[in-house]
Amino acid sequence: MNFLILSLIKAAIVAGVLLTTLAYLQWIERKVIGHIQLRVGPYRVGPHGLLQPLADVVKLITKEGIMPANVNRLFYLLAPFLAVSLALISISVLPFGPQITIGQVTTYMQLTDLSIGVLFVLAVSSVGVYAVALGGWASNNKYSLLGGLRSSAQMISYELPLALAVAAPLLLVNTLSFREIVEYQNGFWLGFIPRWNIFPQVLGFSVFLIAAFAETNRVPFDLPEAENELVAGFHTEYSSMSFAAFFMAEYANMVTVTAVATLLFLGGWKAPFPEPFSSFIPIAIFGFAGIIAVFHGMHPARRKDKYTLPAAGVVFLGLAAIFAGSLFVPMAQTILMALFWFCGKVLFLLFVFIWVRGTLPRFRYDQLMRFAWVVLFPLAMVNLLITALVVALESK
Amino acid sequence: MTALIFFIFAGIAVFCGISLVAQTHPIASALSLIGVMGSLAILYLQLGGEFIAAAQVIVYAGAIMVLFVFVIMLLNAGAEGTSLNVSQFAKYAGIVLLAAFLGLISFIIQATLPKTESVVFGAWDGGTAADVGRKLFTSYLLPFEVTSVLILIALVGAVVLARKEI
Amino acid sequence: MSGGVPMSWYLILSAILFGLGVAGFIYRRNIITVFMSIELMLNAVNLTFITFSYSLKQVDGHIFSFFVMVVAAAEAAVGLAIILTVFKNRETLMIDEVSSMKY
Repeated sequence: MNFLILSLIKAAIVAGVLLTTLAYLQWIERKVIGHIQLRVGPYRVGPHGLLQPLADVVKLITKEGIMPANVNRLFYLLAPFLAVSLALISISVLPFGPQITIGQVTTYMQLTDLSIGVLFVLAVSSVGVYAVALGGWASNNKYSLLGGLRSSAQMISYELPLALAVAAPLLLVNTLSFREIVEYQNGFWLGFIPRWNIFPQVLGFSVFLIAAFAETNRVPFDLPEAENELVAGFHTEYSSMSFAAFFMAEYANMVTVTAVATLLFLGGWKAPFPEPFSSFIPIAIFGFAGIIAVFHGMHPARRKDKYTLPAAGVVFLGLAAIFAGSLFVPMAQTILMALFWFCGKVLFLLFVFIWVRGTLPRFRYDQLMRFAWVVLFPLAMVNLLITALVVALESK
Repeated sequence: MTALIFFIFAGIAVFCGISLVAQTHPIASALSLIGVMGSLAILYLQLGGEFIAAAQVIVYAGAIMVLFVFVIMLLNAGAEGTSLNVSQFAKYAGIVLLAAFLGLISFIIQATLPKTESVVFGAWDGGTAADVGRKLFTSYLLPFEVTSVLILIALVGAVVLARKEI
Repeated sequence: MSGGVPMSWYLILSAILFGLGVAGFIYRRNIITVFMSIELMLNAVNLTFITFSYSLKQVDGHIFSFFVMVVAAAEAAVGLAIILTVFKNRETLMIDEVSSMKY
């Protein structure tokens, strides 16, 4: 098929899935934090609160967009636009699976495989600092300016340990393209331990994850946008769609950073178990979850969730049936297994992000900056030096 | 296709360059300079320099210009007013003379260079990260180490100059 | 994808950007804008290096350009620190007013 049409179709699929995921990521976050805090989270809008993101979108679109007086209009409107477009652009170089063939079309499950993919993601996150700085400055408001400056200083300080933590697995893999990094992590040691980069690079993964928390302005590093410290920081003066844009940009950044962590350290779409067993794992997981949900949902003494829990059980059993059916269609099995493992790992890391948000208190600003320069940066350097030493000695 | 991309991004670069010089507010000048750097990164990609294009965006547009924007925001720099003791005639005559000078230089450049040299995207692929890295760490190892010492000196100097005297 | 661009056009673009940088350096009175004009000149020179590197099919031009970027970073850091100190002492950012050592 024509390269242009194929790319447009892939871009449409990725954009659609991504935007839906961003909306429902917010639902997942509110539910998980609610349950951590022993409450239920959004529950009333739709079955089990599932239509809450729709209600939020309708509210944000129909709200009045207030533009404060004496702002510089161009920069005030440029900042959320820049935030959202940069956050979405960096998804375009991330691979979701191996090469697939549908009919006569052979393509990669990736929008474009740049040979400098890792540098592209780093470059886009470097330019994303401007959205925050401009948004804070253009609002003509002391709190926004302070929040914007602090947030951008935090983001550029934590870019350094992030880049060094990324450089260490690159020394092992010898390439900058994401697809080749995942292909390097193929195979198993001793027959059952997957060759993921996290096992030689435990320190690198921890540094990357902590720096990722700070890059995306998440707790415990979210002082610049904390509601009770700075009246919501750099996005104080933004309402309706501009606020929604900043919000979407934050979640898209989270997805990007967890996807990069998965690709670099957790083996991308490669399964953690050797081949004959790994095809049965999704069937087992979904089947088990479905049976438990249906069993508990149909219990006659249940008062809450009488209909939603069996419905969820039926959905899980349906997914298990799809995975079981795909065992007989090899191309569908490749696509489904790759998507299952990749999305499973990304969702697990997103759950860690949300879990940390519900658990840890936030750092004070000077503690945050000190942590970056005095603790994380030397750790990342040490990791890089040890990796370089081992690679140099091994290649002798 | 190459010519189309060249014209679009060269036009953006020149427009942002003129805007850098002509705008009164420093933040607008800073954003114009970021525009110049971005379009130059695309032109480097056309010339086969993929590593240097990424380095341009990461280092120049993503770090150095952030520093400029920070300082402008911290110092609360306002728009520049017109000064009273600079002759306006000299300013406008200067613009005309600058345009004439640049036209002359362009003519001389395109007259002296051979017409057969043409840039096609993808004709040379020697600018990858591997090639740059190989040259950097073998032939140019001494300048590399010297520049790292230079950055260390600049770092210490900047911290000493800008700290608060208690 | 046929039809390349003559190499001289890249050099002409570089000359134009360099000329604009010089004009900004001479015309403008705000210290930070003068500094940014210097950065524009450095970018124009980088484009010349990369163009000739393409023409000679060697990667040394890329390495020179990389060093120019590194030196520009060091210079920007120290220069902005100096600008901060000047602002702290003179309360102004116009270079015409930092003239206490003029005759």
